Amino acid sequence: MHIWQDRTLDEALAYCRDLVEDPEFPTVRRWRESGGKVLGHFQVYFPEEIAHAAGMLPVKVRGAPLEARVAESRFGSYLCSILKTSLEVALSGRLDLDLFVTMPICDAARNLAAVWERNLEYPSRILYLPQNANSAHAASYLRKEYARLKEQIEEIVGREVDADDLRRSIAVFNENRRRLRELYEVKRDTPWLVSADEAYALVAVGGLLPREEHNALLAAVVPALRQRPARKQDRIRVVFEGGFCEQPPLELLRILAQSCYVVDDDLLIGLRWILEDVPLAGDPLASLAEAYLEKSSYSPVQHDLRKPKEKMLLERIRRSGAEAAILFAAKMCEPGLDEQVAYARALDDAAIPYFICEFEERMTGFDHLETQLETFVENLLFD
Amino acid sequence: MTDGNEGLVGRGIRDGSRLFRDWYEQLTAASEQGKGAAYVFVMGSMAEILRVFDLETVFPEINALQTAVRRVAHEYLNQAEEYGYSPDVCGYVKADVGIQLRGGEHPMGRIPRPTLAVLTNACNTYIKWGEIWERLYGTPVFTLDVPSSRSGRHLMVPGTAAFEDDRRYVEQQIRELIALCERVTGRKFDVDRCREVLRLTNEMSRSWKRVLELNRAVPAPFDALSDGTVYLGVLNALRGTPEGSRYFHDLVEEMEYKVANRIGTLHEETYRLVFLGVPCYPIFRRFQELFAEWGGVFVASAYLGFAGGGLHLGFQYDLDRPIESLAEGVLRSVGGVMDGVLFQDRMLVEMLDEYRADGMVYHPIKSCRTVSTGLADSRRWLAQQRDVLSLFIESDMMDKRVVSEAQLKNRIDAFFEGLATKRLRAAAGEAITT
Repeated sequence: MHIWQDRTLDEALAYCRDLVEDPEFPTVRRWRESGGKVLGHFQVYFPEEIAHAAGMLPVKVRGAPLEARVAESRFGSYLCSILKTSLEVALSGRLDLDLFVTMPICDAARNLAAVWERNLEYPSRILYLPQNANSAHAASYLRKEYARLKEQIEEIVGREVDADDLRRSIAVFNENRRRLRELYEVKRDTPWLVSADEAYALVAVGGLLPREEHNALLAAVVPALRQRPARKQDRIRVVFEGGFCEQPPLELLRILAQSCYVVDDDLLIGLRWILEDVPLAGDPLASLAEAYLEKSSYSPVQHDLRKPKEKMLLERIRRSGAEAAILFAAKMCEPGLDEQVAYARALDDAAIPYFICEFEERMTGFDHLETQLETFVENLLFD
Repeated sequence: MTDGNEGLVGRGIRDGSRLFRDWYEQLTAASEQGKGAAYVFVMGSMAEILRVFDLETVFPEINALQTAVRRVAHEYLNQAEEYGYSPDVCGYVKADVGIQLRGGEHPMGRIPRPTLAVLTNACNTYIKWGEIWERLYGTPVFTLDVPSSRSGRHLMVPGTAAFEDDRRYVEQQIRELIALCERVTGRKFDVDRCREVLRLTNEMSRSWKRVLELNRAVPAPFDALSDGTVYLGVLNALRGTPEGSRYFHDLVEEMEYKVANRIGTLHEETYRLVFLGVPCYPIFRRFQELFAEWGGVFVASAYLGFAGGGLHLGFQYDLDRPIESLAEGVLRSVGGVMDGVLFQDRMLVEMLDEYRADGMVYHPIKSCRTVSTGLADSRRWLAQQRDVLSLFIESDMMDKRVVSEAQLKNRIDAFFEGLATKRLRAAAGEAITT
């Protein structure tokens, strides 16, 4: 029996919101208390199936809404908040791991493996996702990289992970991705049935719960959302871009939801990176590698000549029927801030209105932002 | 008394400055003739391939820092910020954006446009940077993916199966790069020409390694921050050329002479320091003077390693299997550079010992998160391992808005007072013991 079961839809959503904002990671704690091992992976994408197949709980390390009291001293001044709060939850013992993995998504994040291993006993590593996505050899390289990761995970759990273990996990995650796509269909087609902050909380708990439980949660909640007695209102449809790594506070999304329908976004895109089912037949590691490169979304931290980000954003706006874009970037986030320039220019060329802003996961004052957003929306509504 | 070798002293700086000016004149001529160039970066320039196709190499990082040294960086940064770039992103990127928006106008001449860009993943910002040229000009961009060690507890070991897997991946990509260069230039790859470039790079690499080793002498023959940066410019700009090879051969001669004759870079070398981070180019000379005034000499700098693309490691290409060996060299040097930045702890202890350093100076900067992110934590770790004084000062390599000379001076003065006190106490302790 899960905590959210036998509750109303609003209660289940409140549970998700509380869990996302809880810096004590109660679900991870319970998993450990029952003898389970935990793999923490930093943003953006990580092949969670490999950890899952070994019986580990893959947890998305994505910062937390707290002050980095200890971790602050481990870093310099000009860095994003997510780095500091992610280390803080580990150093303070709130999030206890057996392995920490970071990806070379940006210059700051790939330093995390070294910082982690200086400060914590358990192993940490970099998973080198290929940064030459257009090489004919990227997929075979990545397959080997996944095999190396699998070997390390096997050492930690003390058993071998075979192809059938991986296939079972891929099936679980295929279901998860399908259910998340269904949730996003609700957002896109009937955004008055689920607000941006509610949808976000439903996605984000996926990085904290056993994935089977997340599947069950989505299986219960998404149909309930479709039955909600809510009515369409006169709000503009927007795409939110800028949530691929550091996460905006829930309150910020709630404010956004008061004035707009967020019909698509890149929030926690790593959990939704793979766009189609990963085949169960064949070599599972090769299939995962292929899916990462060939059946995937886009983000400022992956360079792929086939996916120019500004064109992908325009396509996201077109497909979701959005009228405007909300371009956010986390403070001090080099890839996000760089990308904002390209996005803004492409939107100017396409004559699509946009709202541009920086945020921080730990921000608390929203009045100014709320006023700016309302002004932006009113200008569009009464234009 | 003279021994006829006085002209040797300072030759490296004089020749380096001349070669550097000549190189910019060459780039200006290429620009004026409407020729393009290959845009490359210091951490893995792939000159060994590009020279085979007679492609001029442009280093946007060097162009950018030159605007800061010549005190006009703010003009370029402002232009890029007006274009939309945040004050918090890399100043090198913004200076280059400014240069592109001005049609290549630069204080050293005129920079040709990119016909090709080759970058490695040694810095993620390189990848974002390449996207700017894709958008501005439709430039073909090749990202050479070089995996380095996955963990500091298990650094990559040449000869292992894992290393060989990575080497093969790099080799496969180099062959793809060659095919791209053939398409862009319309010329066939000449493997013998490549061997010649590799041979010249081998010579440079051997000499550069030797130059750095010679600075272990007391007194140190050159300052790793000020003089070293001049040498570094030639190392990158003329990598794999006869002029570059000759320059470093001569530089070894000069440094050996200085060491043999105990000619230091300062009249009185009082403190030997190791520099970590990126130089403060907006006040480049003054920054070094703030240390030199106290008799502080930078005897070693991690910058001379990573910003030299790993040539300091002295890897020698095997000319009998050029592409395979180039792949190994790239993996060892670019991968080694990344290891030196991310997993630097052991390297720092070795530097302290080998260079008999009295202190460490950490200079993380706003613009470069690759180098700066781990420095505070690394400093903390080192303090637990060694009784060494260190200074942690933050500023920038480009943006004078975050460079406060007065604050820097206060911190630097206090650091030297600490070094002096430590030395007095040690001397007093010795006196009591004896």
